[in-house]
Amino acid sequence: MKRGPSWFNLVSITLGFAFLYLPIVLLVVWSFNASKLVTVWGGFSTKWYAALLQDEQLLSAAWVTVRVGLVSATLATVLGALAAVALVRGGRFRGRTMFSGMVYAPLVMPEVIMGLALLLLFVALRFDRGFWTVMLAHTTFTLSYVAVVVHSRLVTFDRSLEEAAQDLGCTPGQAFMKVTLPNIFPAVLAGWMLAFTLSLDDLVIASFTSGPGATTLPMRIYSQVRLGVTPEINAVCTLLIAVVATGIIIYSLTQKWRTGAAARAAA
Amino acid sequence: MNRPRSRAVILPALWLGVLFAFPFLLVLKLSLSDTALAIPPYAPQIVWTDGLDGLKRFVAGLDFEMYARLTSDRLYFDAYVSSLKFAATGTILALLVGYPMAYGMARCRPGVRDILLMLVILPFWTSFLIRVYAWVGILKPAGLLNAFLGLLGLDPVTLLYTPTAVQIGLVYSYLPFMVLPLYAALERMDHTLLEAAADLGSPPWKSFWQITWPLSIPGVVAGCLLCFIPMVGEFVIPDLLGGPGSLMIGRSIWMEFFANRDWPFASAVAIILLITLVVPIVLYQRQQARALEAGR
Repeated sequence: MKRGPSWFNLVSITLGFAFLYLPIVLLVVWSFNASKLVTVWGGFSTKWYAALLQDEQLLSAAWVTVRVGLVSATLATVLGALAAVALVRGGRFRGRTMFSGMVYAPLVMPEVIMGLALLLLFVALRFDRGFWTVMLAHTTFTLSYVAVVVHSRLVTFDRSLEEAAQDLGCTPGQAFMKVTLPNIFPAVLAGWMLAFTLSLDDLVIASFTSGPGATTLPMRIYSQVRLGVTPEINAVCTLLIAVVATGIIIYSLTQKWRTGAAARAAA
Repeated sequence: MNRPRSRAVILPALWLGVLFAFPFLLVLKLSLSDTALAIPPYAPQIVWTDGLDGLKRFVAGLDFEMYARLTSDRLYFDAYVSSLKFAATGTILALLVGYPMAYGMARCRPGVRDILLMLVILPFWTSFLIRVYAWVGILKPAGLLNAFLGLLGLDPVTLLYTPTAVQIGLVYSYLPFMVLPLYAALERMDHTLLEAAADLGSPPWKSFWQITWPLSIPGVVAGCLLCFIPMVGEFVIPDLLGGPGSLMIGRSIWMEFFANRDWPFASAVAIILLITLVVPIVLYQRQQARALEAGR
């Protein structure tokens, strides 16, 4: 017999989640408030969203961010997945400790230091800072997250399936592409999504590595936010939250559908 | 030791070598250089055409001037100490808020648990900047909190641009990092142990101290380190919620870089921050490795 949650448990859960979600909910509510004041409800309005469409700078920043995110998340997924494969399958090769250190260090590295280091690199190489440098920087720090996600899936994957494919005449490469990759694909997809979201959200590293003409959306939001709360920024934030939440919901639904289909196939 | 069995290592190793390891050598080199305001290159430089002599001259030219300045400059020392204080307090507060939450979650039915777990992870996917910014509207003088206090007939409080606001922001932003490892530890716990203790006459609080708490220590350690490490280097939270008095080292590096343009000095501050964080990072990785071994 297991006891259910007590009143104390329920209260701490409720308060904890209220603390986590209240600010986000308020932001969404404010974005639909006709009044500029956060304490006065001036009626429901979508005028701040309409104002966004007129804001050329904001739109171009959003476009830069999406492009950086798409390119860097894709590159990071390829590199991160390869890194995970190397760590799980590579055995005890020379320099393994160094390699795994490099893969996992960006996870705990303060963003300010990461941004500083990359900026110095681009200056030393005389790269013009802009879209490409932000993209390279984002690929570098997000590939670690992809590696973690893919790594955790790969260690639970039954290797004998891949060996069976090789016994049946596949080359190691073919076996990986036809057996292993489809199996770890959900993790690869989750890694891509995580990399894309992190790139979409990053302010600090982008600020260090960006140059003229490559202002990202968080950089734009940040420069506005320093001046105080504005309803347009509330609207942008709400849209960003909506995009991320939709992505996660679609992802978890497809996961449910996949596992459901697999269970039906097995039955 | 042998060659990697998998060719997969080549590309990521090259990428990280050029874009991660090499830049850190640059930071280290720059931190030992002399100040030349605003424009690189900094002295000394390696003159490759001179071969070994050039390299020798370069090494001889390096010095610890920046680090000496760091110890003499009160401002940086204070920022450094206050970062550690903010992070330590934030970690303890996150533990106090997060532990009852994780404990309660572990007690729920499996279906409910999955939903709650999802709800803890969700904010992690939402922009950090946005979540911190949301607090500005709550804490500002004409904000929601003061309107609420007014309704209750209480005096308004000044929180925005104070250290308290920074502390709230830190706990709020890093709470999921605390709850997840705690939950993982508490969920694995064998509940029959508590029943056995109760059968033998142990009061609930005693069972908690003697059974639940010791068993959750790995989760507590992991959660605390996961909060403490990034909190020390935090930039966005002190910048948006803290006033000029809320010094934190991440913010100092940013200012030194963008406002004062003193790159060698900023690099020296960065190196010191890294050295401080190496100990907790190594502790964390050791603990994770041990947990992995135990899980097998």
